Amino acid sequence: MKWAGFLSLIALVSALSVVVVRHQNRLEFLEVRAAEKLRDRLNDEWGRLQLEQATWARHSLVEQAARQELGMVTPGPTDIVVVQLEVAQ
Amino acid sequence: MKSTRHSTRPNGFYRARQWMVLALVGLGMAVLTGRAFQVQILDSSRLQSEGAARQLRSIAVTPARGRIIDRNGDVLAVSTPLDAVWAHPPTLFQAAGDWPRLADALGMSINQVGSLLNRYQDREFVYLRRHLPPAEAARIEDLGIPGVASLREYGRYYPAGPITSHVLGFTDVDDRGQEGIERAFDNHLAGIEGRKRVLRDRKGRVVEDIESVQPVYHGHDLKLSLDLRIQVSAQRHLAQTARETHAAGASAVMLDVQTGEVLAMVNVPDFNPNNRTDRTGERFRNRSVTDVFEPGSTVKPFTLSMALASGRFSLETPVSTSPGIHYVGRHPIRDVHDYGELTLSRVLIKSSNVGTAKIAMELAPEELHGVLAKVGFGQTTGIELPGEQGGRLLKRDRWRPIEHATLSFGYGLSSTPVQLARAYSVLASGGILRPVTLKHQSRPVNGQRVLPEHITRQINVLLEKVVSAEGTARRAAIPAYRVAGKTGTVHKISPEGGYEESRYQALFVGFAPASAPRFVLAVMVDEPQGRHFGGEVAAPAFARIMADALRIHGVRPDAGVDSGVTIVAHTRQGAPGA
Repeated sequence: MKWAGFLSLIALVSALSVVVVRHQNRLEFLEVRAAEKLRDRLNDEWGRLQLEQATWARHSLVEQAARQELGMVTPGPTDIVVVQLEVAQ
Repeated sequence: MKSTRHSTRPNGFYRARQWMVLALVGLGMAVLTGRAFQVQILDSSRLQSEGAARQLRSIAVTPARGRIIDRNGDVLAVSTPLDAVWAHPPTLFQAAGDWPRLADALGMSINQVGSLLNRYQDREFVYLRRHLPPAEAARIEDLGIPGVASLREYGRYYPAGPITSHVLGFTDVDDRGQEGIERAFDNHLAGIEGRKRVLRDRKGRVVEDIESVQPVYHGHDLKLSLDLRIQVSAQRHLAQTARETHAAGASAVMLDVQTGEVLAMVNVPDFNPNNRTDRTGERFRNRSVTDVFEPGSTVKPFTLSMALASGRFSLETPVSTSPGIHYVGRHPIRDVHDYGELTLSRVLIKSSNVGTAKIAMELAPEELHGVLAKVGFGQTTGIELPGEQGGRLLKRDRWRPIEHATLSFGYGLSSTPVQLARAYSVLASGGILRPVTLKHQSRPVNGQRVLPEHITRQINVLLEKVVSAEGTARRAAIPAYRVAGKTGTVHKISPEGGYEESRYQALFVGFAPASAPRFVLAVMVDEPQGRHFGGEVAAPAFARIMADALRIHGVRPDAGVDSGVTIVAHTRQGAPGA
């Protein structure tokens, strides 16, 4: 009788803790989902920004800006100076 | 104290308390049993319909596909979240009054919606529109039409568009790799689908996420060996060459000499991977790995390196090529001009077929076959792309003299552009053959020695002379740098057998800077009209692409003062870095 009381008490505690843990799990899953949604939204934005950056940094655009707006040219051989490092002892 | 209190209470008090507890527990049991009876038996039909309205369902969570980036971290392919709008046909069928609103929002006609639903009326799922921006999908979902919901999926974008189209390939509507890198590395990029349990309402919309059943693993990023800057340059110059020569197609492959990494790989014509309707057969083909052609004169350096290695020839060994035609049996071998008597060096510089064949005939055909096999002809390069061709290099039991002779100047075997580039990387690296890879390598790659270094050094000196006023590829020269390479002009094989009289492939393969080679580049132009020599068609494209690559990587000019470069000596005290 004493044992039965003890065991049923344990069973009750266990049952209650299952309920509590499940509830906590639910809450925390919601929290995780919220964080995941935020992550997805940020990923979404990041992807968009990467695309935007790739579009603006397109090589043809950069070259056009360099040549036409900034008047840059490819250096010819006579423009090149090679500095040779000689080590004196 | 305690014992005193116990003894003062009467026995009946305990008895009463016992009954009280028993009654409470009994009452609780009775309530629970009653409730269970009510739920299970009396109310079951109502609750079941409620349950159907809010269903616990386990649904798939789509993983995001990994990005593809180039060696510098520039984005080549990226997945962005999109939504698909789908319907539960039986439910939507009953809401015919909502069809006009729905059709309007989807940009379809009512008839289209109707016929779609008719076709799938006994299914549980049908896509209405795919790859919608999330905001637009949300707008449709907010119409609140029964049986219509949205689903997360991913769309693939290629910021560089046509420039990387053949290498990267593309994915299908479900974001699975179909061609190129997307297909070869699909497992790495795709990730693993997860599942979660959700609560859905009667309209099929997710009301609440309950729990994660199986976590989703998003795909991994992939870093390629490509250098987008060189890729851009190669694509532009190759397209320009193809346009100017009205060519049917063209390919260019650049490899890193020390690692076998592919730095650039472009083909003309190309396609826009961001536009699904642009994906037609002819344009897809990655000619750099799938198109085989006879490499012609570009194999002469290997024939002559074998001659030098045999010890029976030196650079100065004389060969008579008069009168510019030589018969092997009944078959004529021709040169463009009558070069008279040439040394072995000048046979290569002038690219004499007669001279090369005469030298090769002095050596066993097995040796010739051996050296070509050793530098990778007739076998795939190890590149990770699907559909790579290995070309053809037949080993014969008995060699007819004409087969022996033509093999020495590059007929009777076939090669892809990437194989040709790899074969020349053997010369550029001083005799080392490495596997070709599209994956970025962070440390040096071990290769296999297939030619002795003193031989490749001798050959490379000659290949530098090819790119000079006395050689066939003056136009491959790059200001301020020393360049080595070889031209090739081959007749195309006609479908009826034999060779086409006036359809050519123009080739140039070479490397720079010749003093310490960094890059190998093979250029192939298919069916140029008008001018068709490798030195006129392919060599200029080579020079433009290679010049850009050298400048982009800040490679030190090695041509010396003669090229117009100023050299300043800077003296500093002590050891460098000390």
